Amino acid sequence: MMKPLHQVVSPRSLDELPEHSAASPLSIHDMTVAYRRKPVLWDIDYDAPDRSLIAIVGPNGAGKSTLIKACLGLIPMASGRVEIYGKPAKAQRGIVGYVPQRESVDWDFPVSALDVVCMGRYGRIGWMKPVSRLHRDAAMACLEKVGLTDLANRQISQLSGGQQQRVFLARALAQEAKLYFMDEPFAGVDASTEQAIVETLRELKAHGRTVICVHHDLHTVPEYFDHALLLNMRVVAAGPVGDVFTPENLQKTYGGRLTLLDQAAQALARAERGG
Amino acid sequence: MTGLGHLALAHVHGAARPRGSLTDVGVDLPTLGEVFDVMTLRAGHNAAVVVAGTTMLGIAAGVVGVFALLRRRSLMGDALAHATLPGVAGAFLVAMWIGLDARSMPLLLAGAAVAGVIGAASVQGIVRFSRIREDAAIGIVLSVFFGLGVVMLSYIQRLDGGAQGGLSRFIFGQTAAMSRENALLMAGVAACAVAAALLLFKQFRLVCFDADYARSLGWSVGGIDLLMMALVVLVTVAGLQAVGMLLVVALLIIPPAAARFWTDRLWLMTAASAAIGGLSGHLGASASALAPRLPTGAVIVLAAGVIFLFSMTFAPARGLAPRALRHLKLRAQVGREHALRALYELAEPQGTDEAGATVGDVYGARQWSEGSARSALRGLRSRGLIEMRNGEAALTERGAEAARRVTRNHRLWEEYLVRYADVAPSHVDRSADMVEHALSPELIAELESALREEGRLPRSVHPIGRGGGDAQGGKR
Repeated sequence: MMKPLHQVVSPRSLDELPEHSAASPLSIHDMTVAYRRKPVLWDIDYDAPDRSLIAIVGPNGAGKSTLIKACLGLIPMASGRVEIYGKPAKAQRGIVGYVPQRESVDWDFPVSALDVVCMGRYGRIGWMKPVSRLHRDAAMACLEKVGLTDLANRQISQLSGGQQQRVFLARALAQEAKLYFMDEPFAGVDASTEQAIVETLRELKAHGRTVICVHHDLHTVPEYFDHALLLNMRVVAAGPVGDVFTPENLQKTYGGRLTLLDQAAQALARAERGG
Repeated sequence: MTGLGHLALAHVHGAARPRGSLTDVGVDLPTLGEVFDVMTLRAGHNAAVVVAGTTMLGIAAGVVGVFALLRRRSLMGDALAHATLPGVAGAFLVAMWIGLDARSMPLLLAGAAVAGVIGAASVQGIVRFSRIREDAAIGIVLSVFFGLGVVMLSYIQRLDGGAQGGLSRFIFGQTAAMSRENALLMAGVAACAVAAALLLFKQFRLVCFDADYARSLGWSVGGIDLLMMALVVLVTVAGLQAVGMLLVVALLIIPPAAARFWTDRLWLMTAASAAIGGLSGHLGASASALAPRLPTGAVIVLAAGVIFLFSMTFAPARGLAPRALRHLKLRAQVGREHALRALYELAEPQGTDEAGATVGDVYGARQWSEGSARSALRGLRSRGLIEMRNGEAALTERGAEAARRVTRNHRLWEEYLVRYADVAPSHVDRSADMVEHALSPELIAELESALREEGRLPRSVHPIGRGGGDAQGGKR
């Protein structure tokens, strides 16, 4: 049903990305972020592995969204710096894609699904130029990829929650980025949307992309992601899921909430059985 | 002030018309010919200037207001408008002290613009550096600046021997005094607003919809916001003379809010808002040219209000009446589908679609009132889905087909909700025919096989094909 990614967006930009140096897609050095002088993130140091799917996991208030917003330059850092493929984040905006939390926008806004996906192309269109046919086609291809071709002209409030999330995903695809930040892309979506998103993430990885997701559901971390960053105002542990998803680390991250630990243990066991 | 209005527009009515005494508060009814002349800008130079000017102002405000509304900055416009009063008064005083013409319009408007910007910046500053919310900050700035302006006016009144320098006309507006230059200013502002909306449509749209995403693209959201705010300042200052600072915000809010009822497309909404704003300005100025005692600014705002009310009630896309109608239709359709299912389920134990059922059976099965059962059956009958035989309802061939489809969809949804109970109900599209669109073929096949095992799957009317859900075995 879904076409491979390289057929729907311009092939050159996907398969022949200019080779960046071996630099990590995302290096965070010594990042501290504060809201109203109260630090929410302390001394974050992290190097994301290339071509991987990474989950940022942690309890509510751990600073997960704050971390990706600071990486994107949406909120100021009190100290530290962020490098993307070896260059300052500011200089790399053209290759960074973003999927915000679904609740962050007003879905009653007078735009269609296709209009929203076209926004993913805005970074490539001149300031005073309208959205050309070419860009519109590219956006349409991204909508097709997430299975929403039929709903392209629907006003966005007429979409279900899962469909809205897919529209946001399609918009990020339309950016043709190399590194993606996604803020809870699986929050409140139906089973089929969840599956569609997972497939898209895997395909992105297969094409050399790196995706960093804030993720809530510990169950699915081992199944969906290669790497995990356990966060609770500081980095508790980071690395391949199999290495860092240990009861001790989760205990440190979530602080003794045993039900969660049980879930994680079961999930790990399931993932190991499933290979 | 009213006297001036009479003088300026006296020739609209012609000398032949006897004018009422000063105590006469009645409004002379204009003739149809006069109405036509004013509306088509042929009722003399001055009336034409006023009508053209306010029309332009309405267009400008309509365009700018769309983005202010969607960016939730409409009330900032109000704070800004009120804050212009001390600016006007301050400009008057400064000009007097340094010996310039204190009544020079560009000077006064420049003062208004400066003070308006300071007012808007104060709101931003309060929100940013304290924990006070925007609505409170707007209320504080709006009233303090306006109070300051009123104090300054009373000071000017003492200096000026009671004339206030004619400044109070900025509070309520006074179209009659509008000059050709003022009208040109409004045309210029309208041109700026339309040009900015056309050239920077993408930027305005994305910043209004999702500012964080715009920032992630590297855009200067602050700069784009500043530009939108500058347009609001332009419209407000240009509108001071025509509608006054108390009411100018209405032109920024009402036309876009009314336009929203007509369309779900941003560019259409912008065009509609410009049209509604322009129409309000035109109607309001025409009305007060015909009846000079009517205050123009207020009439313009009332015209906008009437258009808003009409849009809210009757606009097909989002108006209340069409929505109520759609709701009633949907309820009737749901009622008919329930009745179909009831008929199907009454016949199901016998394994036949032929069994008849009385009205009582139907409303007993659905725990309906007799009235709603009857009206549902009437609807089915008029659509040829059932026949009445000896007071019993029986499904026709088409009706049986529809009943199977409805029952199948209903049971699939039911099964889905039971199995995936953790999915929020808001994610379930219950409009019965949508099951194929909303769920994946694999999921439908899974649900169907579950129903088939229980013997509850009606024969599929249209083969589902994909995913092997070709359910023919539902009914023994």
